[in-house]
Amino acid sequence: MPALLPAFSLRGLDGRTHAFPRSTKSVVCFVKEDCPTCNLVLPLVEALHGHAGLDILVAGQTAEGNTILARRHALSAPVLDDSDLTVSFAYDIETVPLVIVADAEGVEADRLVGFDRAEWRAFFERHAQDAAVDWDAYPDWRPGCGSLTQDPIISERLRATSENSPLRARRIETAPDDDVHEFMFDQGFSDGLPVVPPTPDRVLRMLEGTARDPQSVVATIPPNMAPATVEKIAVNAVLAGCSPEYLPVIIAAVEAACTDTFNAHGVMATTMGASPVMVVNGPIRERIGMNMGLSALGQGNRANATIGRALRLALRNVGGARPGGTERSTLGNPMKYSMCFAEWEERSPWPPLHVERGFDASDSVVTLFAMTGGPSLIVDQASRTASQLAGSFALSMESAHHVRAHTMGDCILVVSPEHVDTLRTGNYSKTDLRDRIQEVTSRPLRDLVADAVSGVGLDPARAAGMPAERLDRAAPKFSSGDNIHIVVAGSEAGKFSAFFHGWASGPRGSIPVSRKIELP
Amino acid sequence: MTTIMDPTDERVPIARTVSPRPPEIAGTLALLDISKPRGNVLLDRLEELLAERLPAVEVNRYSKPTFTKPAPQALRQEIRESNDFVIEALAD
Repeated sequence: MPALLPAFSLRGLDGRTHAFPRSTKSVVCFVKEDCPTCNLVLPLVEALHGHAGLDILVAGQTAEGNTILARRHALSAPVLDDSDLTVSFAYDIETVPLVIVADAEGVEADRLVGFDRAEWRAFFERHAQDAAVDWDAYPDWRPGCGSLTQDPIISERLRATSENSPLRARRIETAPDDDVHEFMFDQGFSDGLPVVPPTPDRVLRMLEGTARDPQSVVATIPPNMAPATVEKIAVNAVLAGCSPEYLPVIIAAVEAACTDTFNAHGVMATTMGASPVMVVNGPIRERIGMNMGLSALGQGNRANATIGRALRLALRNVGGARPGGTERSTLGNPMKYSMCFAEWEERSPWPPLHVERGFDASDSVVTLFAMTGGPSLIVDQASRTASQLAGSFALSMESAHHVRAHTMGDCILVVSPEHVDTLRTGNYSKTDLRDRIQEVTSRPLRDLVADAVSGVGLDPARAAGMPAERLDRAAPKFSSGDNIHIVVAGSEAGKFSAFFHGWASGPRGSIPVSRKIELP
Repeated sequence: MTTIMDPTDERVPIARTVSPRPPEIAGTLALLDISKPRGNVLLDRLEELLAERLPAVEVNRYSKPTFTKPAPQALRQEIRESNDFVIEALAD
């Protein structure tokens, strides 16, 4: 059985609704006002009108244009308003003018696209032999124009609202008098800063950033243990202000955060105010324009700012991690808005973070750390040798959590280019740097006993029961050099590096997790 | 009017009502330590007081492997099956 053309019902300039199929042989002509070829053919379409059993419908793609066309060509055939383009979209029109002849059931019998005089003449011979047309007044050939449905932005809107849209998330219609920005604050979708309205067309555009099925589940997000589909992550990426090419990074980050190893539930819930810190490595850094140089840890770069924010918004909106709910941070932390940066691998003499963690240099990788503080600046404009500078790092880093907190877990050390150069003078490897930090921060237990100055430290009663050699035993700041995660970032100018303090590390808290970023 | 896509998980939480308050404390009672520092100190003292005031109540002690993660399913099930009451020392 021949395929039926899509049925439709559109309002005409005459104020009446005209339905297709017409229960008689009919001609539907799709046009737009600013198309010269449409204007060329409309007198011919008008000439068809009223001919032996031919019922003509002209569907125009703009409302204003329809009025102009009807007047310009004194059209007596009904001119229908398809300015929302739903019918043009349903007919999958690439080029206008498009003229389709259909029988009474709505089965296509004939079709013309653009203007080819010979074709049109033959068309008239088939359908309106007695029509008087001065064919010599017409050019041989004129191409048609692109249908408005082919405009990229309009096409996304149409795809988003069509019946076979890939979007499944609930659609919320704001009231006509509502300010959508205020509405989103009221609904609790925001971290406190303005968010971009996730309209269906924006979400659809965001999904172009990945080849993954919008309905595939990336992870289960605590505390609500909610399934995070690619689509839900895309909605939150729109809220955060992301560009579609960032989406693969965010998907990988959500996947990393929702592992038992990273323990997003504990990270977001803790009174200590931990937050995921994201470090991006590999070719994607350049591809999406991430900042790893001047102000890498600060504001001003869309990718850095919005990727970190998108992860946080996904944890908040999909997972339900909200301050005052399960998120119980005593002071909070500005990193909870966003903390994401890239490593300047090319400026580093060392293997980059992702290679140290087992990936190929050509892989794009995101690594998540649970950090409670930072970036804390290490100011050293004086050291001229590698061991001095590494010593400075150690002395500053000993303050993490508390000077007396030793055998701690993870931290991130961000070494700036000028400091990299100083460390290079001593041919320092990452291992040398870690060893030096551990060496300089090592203190005998007797120096780490709680006292009148501070109640933090080894319990004096316990210390009293320890033999002297035990009290002489030195404890480094970090339980292992491997807890010191070193990356290079920052501008060429400035002898300032920085470190981030960790949270509860290891299986009882959070372990850093890396995920390869799947590029579309 | 603007149409936006819902960024949340779209689930409606199940409303639960508080269990009716029993007329007396009898049977078994669980004390759950979430493994925060000094949570055990609080629970030790509670256990002493319970032993003084409610000597007939049997007290069972439990602890979570780590305070940073939700209690494992098996532990929650065991507490529910073996006890009539539970007191949890939350944190800090």
